[in-house]
Amino acid sequence: MPREGILDPEGQTIGRALGELGYEEVGGVRAGRLIRLTLEADDEREALERTAGMCEELLANPVIEDYEIDVRGVAG
Amino acid sequence: MRFGIVRFPGSNCDQDCFKSVTEGLGQEAFYLWHRQTGLEGADVILLPGGFAYGDYLRAGAIARFSPIMKAVEAFARRGGPVLGICNGFQILCEAKLLPGALARNAGLRFLSHDVHLRVERADTPFTSAYREGQVLRMPLSHGEGRYVADGETLDRLEGEGRVVFRYVDEAGRATDEANPNGSLRSIAGVASEGRNVVGLMPHPDRAYDRVLGSADGLGVFRSALEAAAGAAS
Repeated sequence: MPREGILDPEGQTIGRALGELGYEEVGGVRAGRLIRLTLEADDEREALERTAGMCEELLANPVIEDYEIDVRGVAG
Repeated sequence: MRFGIVRFPGSNCDQDCFKSVTEGLGQEAFYLWHRQTGLEGADVILLPGGFAYGDYLRAGAIARFSPIMKAVEAFARRGGPVLGICNGFQILCEAKLLPGALARNAGLRFLSHDVHLRVERADTPFTSAYREGQVLRMPLSHGEGRYVADGETLDRLEGEGRVVFRYVDEAGRATDEANPNGSLRSIAGVASEGRNVVGLMPHPDRAYDRVLGSADGLGVFRSALEAAAGAAS
């Protein structure tokens, strides 16, 4: 997700389009990227730590992007 | 003088760089494949424009992990001159050899047209053939060229004289209208702390001869030649 304070022209454009459709209650839009990955880990904490490392090193560019991690257990 | 030009899968201005050096400058150029681990004794490294790895994830994000980048980083740390043009600039930022990042153009459009640039610093190995304040014309061609960094970084770059090129109008004024992509402080190119690594979004490699519409970019390559000659003497 573009960091707070970083201009997000894509989000702004989506926001304008929503306004034109009549969704005038929309105050602001930020457009980011969703990356879904599966990994093996002993527990959620380990999965979170490993994924945070991936975000810092490659998946996000901390200069311009923030990231959030949502861990969900899957069977198997 | 030997210029090594790194080719990534998706580079497409490698030949422009090659001809700038060989035809424009009359020096030797050769290609380095991104899987290589050595630089074959290159005196200068050029990272050309294009769409390395299809710009997947972010422009330059995957290319920085190519095996050759370890050698480029070591070369840069030793003070070797490295120039990144367009996608090459994006790769240098992703590799943290240069500060900041290149985000999507403010107008969301891919831009491909001539711009005017002001040379802010003539004390780098890629700008020494110009004079400070000189206005150059050359094309740009990118979708992600909006230079972004936090305020503290920008202030440091300005204070240390590391803003190398700025977008300006024909008269040399850095106006909002002359800023094509929303780059902060109209920054078009920056240098590393040691000044030996330089990146810029516009294309000097597409402006090395008047037959291309402008020869203003040739000075970038000539600077590297003169810098090397100066260092050797």
